[in-house]
Amino acid sequence: MAGILGKKIGMSQVFDADGVVIPVTVIKAGPCVVTQVKKADSDGYDAVQLGYGQVKEKRVNNPLKGHYKKANVTPQRHLKEFDFSDLENVKPGDEIKVDIFEENTTVKISGLSKGKGFQGVMKRHGFSGAQKTHGQSDRWRAPGSIGHSSDPSRVFKGKKMAGRTGFERITIKNVQIVKVDSENNLLLVKGSVPGARNSLLEIRKS
Amino acid sequence: MDLLHSVTADQLRTDLPQFKAGDTLAVHQRVVEGDKERIQVFQGACIKRSGGGANETFTVRKISNGIGVEKIFPLHSPRIAKIDVKRRGKVRRAKLYYLRERKGKMARIKDL
Repeated sequence: MAGILGKKIGMSQVFDADGVVIPVTVIKAGPCVVTQVKKADSDGYDAVQLGYGQVKEKRVNNPLKGHYKKANVTPQRHLKEFDFSDLENVKPGDEIKVDIFEENTTVKISGLSKGKGFQGVMKRHGFSGAQKTHGQSDRWRAPGSIGHSSDPSRVFKGKKMAGRTGFERITIKNVQIVKVDSENNLLLVKGSVPGARNSLLEIRKS
Repeated sequence: MDLLHSVTADQLRTDLPQFKAGDTLAVHQRVVEGDKERIQVFQGACIKRSGGGANETFTVRKISNGIGVEKIFPLHSPRIAKIDVKRRGKVRRAKLYYLRERKGKMARIKDL
């Protein structure tokens, strides 16, 4: 297990050896620095904390400044923890680059999806809506009945209704790596990934 | 966006001729059947070019046995062996969708 942080650049397409078009998402991944190595006996669990992106020193508060100073690294914009299988070979200040990944392997990608605002049940939960004909009016996108009558006299918790949609953490598994460009720190993965352009992505080996 | 273009820059083909909607093209396409590869030619009028960069495609329309057939080719596909521009057409639109409703003499394109 290992991982890296990256930024979504956008989507494009490439041709494979047979001339078949593959839709790809371009990700600027790393280089990340190790800011902390957490061990089970001192921190309660094993993890490697990675930092990604530059930030001005005056934007960093004092507790974080101390944290970066301890690892002897420059201030980082994002910090995330990853599982690393060989904790022994990782120490603070190490650089993790995109070359930890290999082409034609799969990864897990997590990110924050695009916010859609307040949406109805059709978009939010995939309800089918109601009939458009046979005497219906103003009911096409309605959720239908939301429960029973005097027993239980309430709507059950967790009932799917309209509300804020998107802007939640989404993880996509088994994303295929099409190309690793370690010179430019770019990763090309097949298909789409969550989030808007320039949003933060966590890429983990699966 | 520049980063996105640089990723696909090596995919772009520079060996293809210039053409636009209205031109008559013969597209030589590599077709793989089993382990054999042969060239198939599709000749017709280019009715549109769409997209940009590595995503660019063009559509070729011809009448095959009285039935209109359109094929959409990715412009930079390695499966395209060659494009012959047979005729340059004089048209006043970039997308010649109006050809779909026309038949016979009405569907002709004037030479440039």
